[in-house]
Amino acid sequence: MKLVIGIVRPEQANQVLEALHRAEVRGFSISRVQGHGGEMDRVETYRGTTVQMGLSDKIRFEVAVSDDFVDKTVQALCEGGRTGEVGDGKIFVLPLERAVRIRTGDTDEGAVTPVSK
Amino acid sequence: MSAGIDTGDTAWMLVATALVLLMTPALGLFYAGLVRSKNTLNTFMMCVAAIAVATVTWAAVGYSLAFDGEGDLVGGLGHAFMSGVDFEPREGTAIPELVFFAFQAAFCIITVALISGAVVERMRFGPFLLFSALWSVLVYAVLAHWAFGGGWLISGGTLDFAGGVPVEMASGFSALAAALVVGARKDYGRQALLPHNAMYVLLGAGLLWFGWFGFNGGSGFSTGENSVLAFVNTLLCPATTLAVWFVLDVLRGRKVTAIGAATAIVVGCVLITPAGGYISPGWAMLLGALGAVPSWAIIAWRTRTRVDETLDVLAAHGTAGLLGILFIGFFAQKSWNGVADGLFYGNAAQLWDQVLAVLAAPAYAFAMTFVLLKAIGALMPLRVSDREEATGMDVTQHGEEAYVTGEGAILLLPDDEDRVGVPVADPG
Repeated sequence: MKLVIGIVRPEQANQVLEALHRAEVRGFSISRVQGHGGEMDRVETYRGTTVQMGLSDKIRFEVAVSDDFVDKTVQALCEGGRTGEVGDGKIFVLPLERAVRIRTGDTDEGAVTPVSK
Repeated sequence: MSAGIDTGDTAWMLVATALVLLMTPALGLFYAGLVRSKNTLNTFMMCVAAIAVATVTWAAVGYSLAFDGEGDLVGGLGHAFMSGVDFEPREGTAIPELVFFAFQAAFCIITVALISGAVVERMRFGPFLLFSALWSVLVYAVLAHWAFGGGWLISGGTLDFAGGVPVEMASGFSALAAALVVGARKDYGRQALLPHNAMYVLLGAGLLWFGWFGFNGGSGFSTGENSVLAFVNTLLCPATTLAVWFVLDVLRGRKVTAIGAATAIVVGCVLITPAGGYISPGWAMLLGALGAVPSWAIIAWRTRTRVDETLDVLAAHGTAGLLGILFIGFFAQKSWNGVADGLFYGNAAQLWDQVLAVLAAPAYAFAMTFVLLKAIGALMPLRVSDREEATGMDVTQHGEEAYVTGEGAILLLPDDEDRVGVPVADPG
């Protein structure tokens, strides 16, 4: 059981969602974050003040999956998130100690496996 | 004050001019709310650009081509660079020609701004400026001459009170041509591209309606009966469009939508634009009610096509303007307008005059815009790259964002110039 964290470009988020759907990964959450990788900074000008924007908007996917699904999830994030330019983001895979489905009290593998009904 | 000037008329026309100018930033709000947040500024800036560009071209040659002389197709150059535009009354009015010039300039501006709705979120800013300059002269000024300035339509008897021909049909059908030439947004038809701020849309529509009282109410160039009639019809017609739009929304989706309401206000104002000073208040309300249906249906249908006429300028302006022009042919009433009756009151010839306008104006506007954009496209790319489109037009075209947080922004002082474009955390 792993927690897969994928940080991608906002404009690629829809592609990632589609890729996750195709990989039959059904449960995840996303949040808007700001961050910085190795990309060149944007320079913007506001009323004569020139600023270098050190942080870019990104979308952070958090996907808790059983071991069988780790590779599929990582692949989907790569496939959906990649443009080939610097700034496409990162994927982190973390061990997951415990998971609980609040509605039923299912734990661990049972909690991260989607139910059909 | 020169002889022949009416102070009451002049006072009203000064106010009306300011009202019409307000419509362009109002349209900017309306459009900016309808696009995605990363394109907010660029969308508004296209409207601002219309003010800059169309005012200059109007002063240089546009006004003259539209309003100098009685040529069938186009006016002369007697008023080029505002020559002879002064305090003397404009022929046929009791207001100084300077005021008349400024009022008509505001019309040219908003019409140019309207077309931007077809190409937002992807057209480069530079080519849009060039297009605006050329279109304002080659299309707007010509059609304004046909309908207002003594050209073949007005001298043949076609009635167009406030711009069904040069403003509404011209912008609507040009928008269709522009959407076809520039092409669809890269995500169009694959992703849901949603309005990012419905409040801007509603506020923009409200301010547009407010400005439209000057647009229609000022198009009699006086405080006379036609102006009063047009002013009041500008309340009645959009209100009925709004009510009918509610019904249509409920029939389709069981809910009355806010963005639908904002759209209905614009459609209603467009419907009454050509007919405002020529039809009775009762017919204006019927026009508002009937005219809602085609625009509503075209908007619903258009999104299922491959034509990314993004903000539905054709449905809201082209179609509604066309209906307004035709409606005059049926229901114009001499007892209200003092000019002519329509078919319903025994004057079938009026309908034919109106039909000529709805055949000629859309054809001219569509063809000229198509050719113009193809020509500009041969000189420079009309649209941004896919990568830039994905990043957003605000950053790529203007180097600004609408909703900037300031987190992570580093102030660049003049001696930091060499840091520009260097990664903050240089991995090397």
